[in-house]
Amino acid sequence: MAREITVRDALREALREEMDSNEAVVLMGEDIGAYGGSFVVTAGFLDEYGRKRVIDTPIAELGIVGSAVGMAMGGMRPVAELMTINFSLLAMDQIVNHAAKMYAMFNGQFTAPVVIRTASGWGQLAATHSQTFEGWYAHVPGLRVVMPATPADHKGFMKAALRGNDPVMFIEHSLIYRNRGEVPDDDDFTLPMEGAEVRREGEHVTIASWSRGYYLAMAAAEELASEGIECEVIDMRVLRPMDTATVAESVRKTNRLVVVEEGWKTLGVGSEISAAVQEQAFDYLDAPIERVGSLEIPVPYNRQMERAVFPDKDTVVEAVRTVLAKDINTANV
Amino acid sequence: MASTKKSRTKGFPLEKDDLLDMYRQMCLIREFEEACAQQYSMGKIAGFLHLYIGEEAIAVGSIKAMEERDHVLTHYRDHGYALALGLDTGEVMAELFGKETGVTGGRGGSMHLADASKNFWGGYAIVSGHLLLTVGLAYASKYLDEDRVAVCYFGDGATNAGAFHEAMNMAAVWNLPVIFMCENNLYGMGTAVEHVSAVQEMAKKALAYDMPAMQVDGQNVTEMYEKTKEALDHCRSGKGPYFIEALTYRFRGHSMADPEQYREREEIDQYRAYDPIPLFRDRLIEEKVAKEDELEKIQKAAREEVEAAVKFADESKDPDLDTLGDFVYADPITIK
Ligand SMILES: Cc1ncc(C[n+]2csc(CCOP(=O)(O)OP(=O)(O)O)c2C)c(N)n1
Ligand SMILES: [Mg+2]
Repeated sequence: MAREITVRDALREALREEMDSNEAVVLMGEDIGAYGGSFVVTAGFLDEYGRKRVIDTPIAELGIVGSAVGMAMGGMRPVAELMTINFSLLAMDQIVNHAAKMYAMFNGQFTAPVVIRTASGWGQLAATHSQTFEGWYAHVPGLRVVMPATPADHKGFMKAALRGNDPVMFIEHSLIYRNRGEVPDDDDFTLPMEGAEVRREGEHVTIASWSRGYYLAMAAAEELASEGIECEVIDMRVLRPMDTATVAESVRKTNRLVVVEEGWKTLGVGSEISAAVQEQAFDYLDAPIERVGSLEIPVPYNRQMERAVFPDKDTVVEAVRTVLAKDINTANV
Repeated sequence: MASTKKSRTKGFPLEKDDLLDMYRQMCLIREFEEACAQQYSMGKIAGFLHLYIGEEAIAVGSIKAMEERDHVLTHYRDHGYALALGLDTGEVMAELFGKETGVTGGRGGSMHLADASKNFWGGYAIVSGHLLLTVGLAYASKYLDEDRVAVCYFGDGATNAGAFHEAMNMAAVWNLPVIFMCENNLYGMGTAVEHVSAVQEMAKKALAYDMPAMQVDGQNVTEMYEKTKEALDHCRSGKGPYFIEALTYRFRGHSMADPEQYREREEIDQYRAYDPIPLFRDRLIEEKVAKEDELEKIQKAAREEVEAAVKFADESKDPDLDTLGDFVYADPITIK
């Protein structure tokens, strides 16, 4: 049996079920308790679980993650929430130099299975509050980095993260909390935090994306289908370890690839996917890989300006047309 | 850990056995560090090597006051704590040699010794980062009702970093069993405290967090023991964190790479008069706890233990390169 719920409710269910089944799970972060969480994911949890398990922390991102790492070393299962990924930069040292290093640096003696929840996204918040940094974390061995799109993935990954033994960067997106999808009715529903997923099959071009980008890709595929262009849409879901083999496999069929991300393209996740695909399926590519990203400027406040910065459905449609128009076999480039 | 017997040696807070054990540990650390310097110059030890010479009384006295279940985290100048906690001398030396038999299998090196089975969660090389881990371990201790105090050691330099202040505030506001043990050796690398800290007495920094604090003579091992005990009792009784500023001086450079151009020879000599080891030895003899030859025997045994450790390290194998991919993730990854 399955129900259709939102991303937000999927997260709420996952957290609640794991808190109910494991006393060691606690939530901590700025304004997650009395205020209910900046994106209302933890509203009501304080009343339900009390201050001991729903901890309103000081505004100290480094401290939130650092103490959560220590709690995890000490046998707890903390979910450290960082309001948005922009503020995660203040916690970079604890994420990269501490959480990601514990297991290897001390020769496997102990791990720090901390779950760091944070949200990417934008909405007229200007330069410091509109950034996309999943690539920064996906760069680091020792971390698992998930950036799910569907409610089922949000729930399955969160529950898996809280039962696993590695530190997890769990990156949400402020603009998809209300998106709906089916989630199995099972208190023990977890998903392995690896593997990309082909969500829509098509023969003409592959579009790879994740998080909100996945929804843009699906919308673009829908529109193009009415013209007879069939896109294969891949949801990357997990950025470390990253499953590029599934993308290469698809490219062997479609011979064309568009990668859609919200971040800056330079040294972005799309660069990595493109490099990996040419390594694995060079002979199958009939056109240069097209990368879609945001304009390489600090994000402006003005609505029109901001819209022009981030990719939308139309940018993706345009990119698909571009890769279809180019064909190295007919030299029509 | 001190023996549990109630009686005490005259003039000292501890039994003779414990006093001599502390003397043994201090000698062991000193011998160990001297050997490290030598092995470093021979190219057997590489990377950053920070010696604890001159500061031995702090680790030895304070760890003697702890229970086995208490948590210990330190900065990178960490050999002394490891030995005081009873890690195997040979395995610690082997780690510095980067060998497979080292306490962290050659992956950590001098700055990252650890033994989770002894609740020694490691030496950390990012200045002030481990203070926050200590807060987390103390939170876990309280949450899981384990009656463990979490103790972190760090330098004067660390108190100027943001992580220090976040850790102090969190430990205080959450009323956690943490001892912040600041070793004020007057320098952070080559920079004197007065150039970089708004206050010269680190203990004053605890005031902002309403945290009890004291200054302790870090060259006096029994004072370190007694004061740490007081702080531990405070933490165990649920009264929250405690700050100890141990006044000390490092006799050697910051690391082996330090040309020591920032301080005068006279200053070093002046502080060398407060060498914690002879100070303790003289008191033990004066108070008739032990005779000179007994102490000499201890000293000699320490030297032999270190010689054996060097031999063990030297004869151990390098780690197998086939294990390079181990311990990156605890759970399996199946995709290729
Ligand atoms: C975050 C960070 N910045 C700089 C360094 C380089 N560094 C290593 S030790 C040190 C001095 C620290 O001094 P203090 O905290 O007083 O400790 P001590 O070495 O005197 O025991 C510095 C600057 C570092 N390891 N980490
Ligand atoms: Mg110092």
